[in-house]
Amino acid sequence: MSKQTAEQATAAGAEEQSSPDVATQPDKVDLATLQRDRDAAKERQKSRLGGLETETLIELYRQMILIRRFEEKAAEVYSAGKIGGFCHLYIGQEAVAVGTLSALRKDDYVITSYREHGHALAKGMTPESVMAELYGKATGCSKGKGGSMHMFDKSLNFLGGHGIVGGQIPLGTGAAFASKYQGTDQVTLCFFGEAAVNQGAFHESLNMAQLWKLPCIYICENNQYGMGTSLERAMSLRDISKKASAYEMASEFVDGMDVLAVREATARAVERARKDYLPTLLEIRTYRFMGHSMSDPGNYRTRAEIEKYQERDPIKLFSASLREEKIADEKLLKEIDAEVRKQVEESVRFAEESPYPAPEELYTDIYANPIDPSARKL
Amino acid sequence: MGEPLAEIDTDKATMEMQALSEGVLRKILVQEGESAPLGQLIAVVGTPDEDISSLLSEAPAKAAPAEKQPEPAAQPASRTPAAAPETNGRQQAPQESSQSGRMIVSPLAARMAAEAGVDLKSLQGSGPGGRIIKRDIEAAMSQSKAAPGGTFPRSVEPLKFQQAQVATASPYRDEPSSEIRRVIARRLVTSLGPVPHFFLTSEIEMDRAAEMRRGINALDPDLKISINDIIIKVVAVALVQHPAVNASFQDKFIRYYEHADIGVAVAIEDGLITPVVRAADQKSLSQIAGEVRELAERAKTRKLKPEEYTGATFSVSNLGMFGIDEFTAIINPPESGILAVGAMTPKPVVRNDEVVVKQMMRVTMSCDHRVIDGATGAKFLQTVKKMLENPLYLVV
Amino acid sequence: MATITIREALNQAIREELARDERVFLMGEEVAAYNGAYKVTKGLLDEFGPKRVIDTPITELGFAGLGVGAAMVGLRPIVEFITFNFSILATDQIVNSAAKMLYMSGGQYNIPIVFRGPGGSAYQVSSQHSQAIESWFAYFPGLKVVMPSTPADAKGLLKSAIRDDDPVIFIEQERMYGNKGEVPDDPDFTIPLGVADIKREGTDVTIVARSLMVPIALKAADKLQEQGVSCEVIDPRTIRPLDIDTIIESVKKTNRVVLAEESHPVCGINAEISAAIMERAMDFLDAPVKRVSGIDVPMPYAKNLEDLVVPDVDRVIAAVREVAYLD
Repeated sequence: MSKQTAEQATAAGAEEQSSPDVATQPDKVDLATLQRDRDAAKERQKSRLGGLETETLIELYRQMILIRRFEEKAAEVYSAGKIGGFCHLYIGQEAVAVGTLSALRKDDYVITSYREHGHALAKGMTPESVMAELYGKATGCSKGKGGSMHMFDKSLNFLGGHGIVGGQIPLGTGAAFASKYQGTDQVTLCFFGEAAVNQGAFHESLNMAQLWKLPCIYICENNQYGMGTSLERAMSLRDISKKASAYEMASEFVDGMDVLAVREATARAVERARKDYLPTLLEIRTYRFMGHSMSDPGNYRTRAEIEKYQERDPIKLFSASLREEKIADEKLLKEIDAEVRKQVEESVRFAEESPYPAPEELYTDIYANPIDPSARKL
Repeated sequence: MGEPLAEIDTDKATMEMQALSEGVLRKILVQEGESAPLGQLIAVVGTPDEDISSLLSEAPAKAAPAEKQPEPAAQPASRTPAAAPETNGRQQAPQESSQSGRMIVSPLAARMAAEAGVDLKSLQGSGPGGRIIKRDIEAAMSQSKAAPGGTFPRSVEPLKFQQAQVATASPYRDEPSSEIRRVIARRLVTSLGPVPHFFLTSEIEMDRAAEMRRGINALDPDLKISINDIIIKVVAVALVQHPAVNASFQDKFIRYYEHADIGVAVAIEDGLITPVVRAADQKSLSQIAGEVRELAERAKTRKLKPEEYTGATFSVSNLGMFGIDEFTAIINPPESGILAVGAMTPKPVVRNDEVVVKQMMRVTMSCDHRVIDGATGAKFLQTVKKMLENPLYLVV
Repeated sequence: MATITIREALNQAIREELARDERVFLMGEEVAAYNGAYKVTKGLLDEFGPKRVIDTPITELGFAGLGVGAAMVGLRPIVEFITFNFSILATDQIVNSAAKMLYMSGGQYNIPIVFRGPGGSAYQVSSQHSQAIESWFAYFPGLKVVMPSTPADAKGLLKSAIRDDDPVIFIEQERMYGNKGEVPDDPDFTIPLGVADIKREGTDVTIVARSLMVPIALKAADKLQEQGVSCEVIDPRTIRPLDIDTIIESVKKTNRVVLAEESHPVCGINAEISAAIMERAMDFLDAPVKRVSGIDVPMPYAKNLEDLVVPDVDRVIAAVREVAYLD
């Protein structure tokens, strides 16, 4: 068994590492620089296309565009008052969910935070069950009891979206613990945002995972903002992948705008986990194009900053790569887009037409072994 | 002095409150038209130059003192359980006192009273702050009495009595038994045993007695007069008016008592004891109430001295609290009789050709036939009934 | 029937359940090599090995959450807190994860886990290590909260808790581990959760007591019997769900009730029971419901002060006499 140290693992993703001060953002961005960066990223992505089936690549594109269109629709119906509560959108981060989950087996576990529509769809949940859950309908994946932040699907080993920052990290660690205890080779992907890294739950979990050699892959989706607070205002050591070294854990820094880079890095981590019960920390740099949630205009960020990242939009990047490498033409991509839009429309129709949970549902699912349920009355 | 200052509202009547001391009205604290709970300072009467500032500064604090002030937070120095407030050192709300005018009843007592038809207003609660509790309802359910109208003769014949052997017992006079009395005695004993009993039963309307009790207790909640106390008083007064009943058959003579010493049957853990209220005919209701309570208390803890439970001239036994409607009691020799008192219960009765509900109570008098004949006993019982039905006779 | 301590009864329960079900494992600080901070888990590492009996780092939030995650995917963890004082660090995972998972997943993920350890007043360890926090957990639908007071209850209830499919908070009283009592030998002996036990029958006053307060209430009842007051002592054993019916029936019989607990009175279980009695048996009360609780201060260190905080026999007796209108 090879002991993968933090240093070695980080080296694997070294080319992605831009500057040590990764969080510093320019106020003004020079267009020429932007285009240069984008073109360099595209070249790197194209170099990863080799060896992948066209079908796989198209499927990656389809999933990313599905998440994008789904989230755009969610924003639309949220604004129309069809969805209540919080609604944290995934627009801009699609390459992360799609890239990571494409490296998994169907029976692997996935657990994530409250920004989980994308992961749910990438894990294979239908747009219908996710949209209906947003609508609070009985046909939603959590029967309307979880909402935007708490999507679950046991049949797909999707362990849910969790609402307390960092709260899902020990849970994912526990799922990995169970795999090892039961002697299976399932791995667990545990997603969280960069702000969760400051929580004790993160550090406690990484310590146990490396101490006990648990097959858990910790995926930090670094979108650079914890709600309205930028990384640089909240974290002393901003190179998150380095934090794994505190626990002697393998780690990589990954460009989250490149679905293929994400997929490759995850595949390396999955292999370590599946074969040797070894955990990994992946820092995947990404960017959310929207506010923290639907109630957040996001005006703590500059227009220039947003534009810079829109230039690096993972879907634009991937579609350009696919076109330029003649894997897919514009027509095919448009057909996929149209098909996805139809699918999303269908999910809205399904959600609209679905019934609300029956009032009796209020009292179900509190206990698996209820004691004297008759004592509880409306 | 004697000048009316205010009106006192009781649930029975409005009474004038008169100045109890000389002086001028220095300060009016409760203005005309306003009302104040019992115990609150309403005005200060004094000499024109007297310093009343300290009185005035105390004024609000004097209002209806709560039964139980919350204890201060536990002092670490000593371990007195009661001093540690059970609700964490936060102040407990002071117990609301019945003096505030609101009737305080435990929910259970309220329900029991409603079910048993007991008028809560007739009760004086024995719980904190005068709260009416379960045991008060149980006691009320066991009591009641009142008496019908008609005049009754006052026996005023001055007679000579000698002092009894028990220090406080009623003085008496002995008169030789007549021949016929001795024959009757012998024959009846042959028939029925040493003390030949016969029984007289009467049903008595108790509404007025209950009303009187309520009135008295309203005057002073500490009195806690019970219906049974009123019965004791009435029996005692009636006995003095019927010397032939307030007597004892002693074979060669019959002993007639000057006063009525009433034995009150008290159930104790392993039996029955009959402490004696001496000269009950001469005592006020409040004296009787206090004495009965005190004697019964000590009877239950077996702290009575022998002279406190012997030498009665007549006894009263009350089983109303057990819901007994009517029963016969056994005479405690050498007494001539005992009155068995049943429960006071509301019953439909005919008054002025109309059916009305009255609080009715049945009493049965056991008579020693050696000294009391049917008519003698009946007349006595008639007096008892009359006085209970109209207890004003007690004061005329 | 063997006479054993609560400590031994708990040890038996865990041992039997580890042997019975491969999915059950035990984890916590010092549970394995050290044999348990309070020796409840003595010998289990030797018998079941390090896979089943796991020493954790001092990382309460972490291992509590790890346990919940493992429970989501098929294991049945027993998570020990050295004391429940340290569970406070783990409350996010207990409350936000364990208690709510089944509900917010629409019935998909139940959490069969037991969080156990000592709680309540200890002896002279001051404020952070000596407190009763069961009402926090009892507040949350989704949790079950159990507090045994005898060795038999400890064993029977812990076995039921381990077999239960929901998260169970199982609070052992720190001062009571050495208390002895008879325990059935039957390895399938269990006591159902949610069922109160009438520890003593009586007619005049109901005393509701749990955990440390049960032996104190029983002692008080003995003394009160000598004073002519017959007390019924009810131990709810499970405080969520609470067997309120048994309490209500007793109150309807006795008309008076004293609620004893060692925890702070504010927002406590007694406050809840009191409200339930008001709602369901007010017309049967002859006196206000009387609470006897720990004094509302952080636990002091000094022995004399500590003794003032924890309710004792005298305070229970005084409360009973008060509701019986005897003073």
